[in-house]
Amino acid sequence: MNDSYINLKNKIKKAGSWQEKYREIMLLGKKLPSLPSELKVESALVNGCESNVWLYINFKNEESKLRISADSDTRIVKGLVSIIIYLYSDLTASQILSIDANNEFDDMSLLKHLSPSRGNGIKAIVNEIYNQAKLMNK
Amino acid sequence: MFDIDNIRQDFPILKQVVNDNPLIYFDSGATSQKPQCVIDSINNFYANSNSNVHRGIHTLGDRATASYEDARSKVAKFINAQANEIVWTKGATESLNLLAHGLANSLNTDDVILISALEHHANIVPWQQICANTGALLKVIPLDETTQKIELDTTYQLIDLYKPKILSISHASNSLGNIQPIKNIIQYSKQYQTVTVIDGAQAFMHLRPDMKELDCDFYVFSAHKSLGPTGLGGLYGKYDLLNSLPVYQTGGEMIKSVSFDNTIFADAPGKFEAGTPNISGVISFGCAIDFMNKIDFIEQKTHEELLLLYLKVQLENISGIKLYGDLERNIGTVSFNYKNEHPFDIATLLDQYGIAVRVGNHCTQPLMKCLNIEGTVRISLAFYNTKSEIQQFITHLKQCLLLLD
Repeated sequence: MNDSYINLKNKIKKAGSWQEKYREIMLLGKKLPSLPSELKVESALVNGCESNVWLYINFKNEESKLRISADSDTRIVKGLVSIIIYLYSDLTASQILSIDANNEFDDMSLLKHLSPSRGNGIKAIVNEIYNQAKLMNK
Repeated sequence: MFDIDNIRQDFPILKQVVNDNPLIYFDSGATSQKPQCVIDSINNFYANSNSNVHRGIHTLGDRATASYEDARSKVAKFINAQANEIVWTKGATESLNLLAHGLANSLNTDDVILISALEHHANIVPWQQICANTGALLKVIPLDETTQKIELDTTYQLIDLYKPKILSISHASNSLGNIQPIKNIIQYSKQYQTVTVIDGAQAFMHLRPDMKELDCDFYVFSAHKSLGPTGLGGLYGKYDLLNSLPVYQTGGEMIKSVSFDNTIFADAPGKFEAGTPNISGVISFGCAIDFMNKIDFIEQKTHEELLLLYLKVQLENISGIKLYGDLERNIGTVSFNYKNEHPFDIATLLDQYGIAVRVGNHCTQPLMKCLNIEGTVRISLAFYNTKSEIQQFITHLKQCLLLLD
């Protein structure tokens, strides 16, 4: 796993209160560069009911490592998206498939954000990354 | 006397702790909570009376049928109608689809179906579909930009202009809580023999509609938004008009006689209830009606109005909050936004405090477009909510907003 992810995970785990945890998440979101408006298009939208998430992923580079760019119109989802980016970017398909996202989110006490009913698209992003990784791995 | 503590005792779910805080349930517009008697009656039915209705020549069948039909009578009495004017459906959405399907035959090219800008998708899409099939036109009573409600004068002018074949509007808005002036609109449209349909999904529990007084042709409602179980709704229709509609779904239960050549359908309401109905749902909704009947309506209304007023004043005091809709004539549903913050973020943080609200477009995308917003945070109150819950909510809301600032 990416070192930067491990650091970030420890920071979130260490948060003394949920307020602190969410502040941390929202800060992550703030640091994530925004997508230019021409990339925030319908075709890049992840199905998430109450928040918009735009996602671009591919393995098109020499080492076949995952590149992700994403953005969201909500602070919390954008922060969660940022966690996903730390978790998966620059990993190969087989490395990605060895990660259990549920465990990771559970570790940070954020598992509820992977619930399909939250309508935040996080679950959909993780699924999309897995599906692409599976295709790559064939 | 309206004894709120006593009433809350009847709702087991309200005693819950969510995310280390006592649950504050402000999402009754999505679905109301259920009193113990409703929960018990579902249990009791399966434990003691489970049997199909209108069929068995045995004791259990008789018992189930009697309770099932008794619930129909209770609902009819509750809204001042006759039992045979009540059709059970799986929800207000199905009731509207049944009506759209049933009224389609009476439409010709360029006939007008008039709705309001405040409608839920369920009161838009079925009509849109039959317009596509018949060449009829869907027209909309607009939202007044300043008052954020529909204005009667405009409505009358549009009725005069379009002489609509069908008028279908909500008794109360699910997004903004506006109580719409339906009585005047129904009266006014009579001069054009317009068929009037009222979507009462939100209003039923808060306003206890009286069919004789409203004098609409049809009124649809949802059980689960009115203390009953999910998967059940109803359709009221003036009997002759109701009975004249073509059948919606066909199969068992809804027939008089069947041969391989021909089928003779039963009369309403039976002809609209194909297949085994939601028996336990109907019976438990009867218990929900009993429960409401035990609460004095004037006292309930006074309590709800006080809560609304208190909530409104408290929210208005927070700078940066923008409220929407008609907050004078309102069922206790308040939509708001804070600065440019996304409603999703506010609701996610509120959930950490055990507060349940709804965010998004509330299945009213055209309305959100009229208001020039993507969505709102929606608080929808019920009579089982309290002033102290609103106080708690306001305190926590301020903490959430601070976190976002």
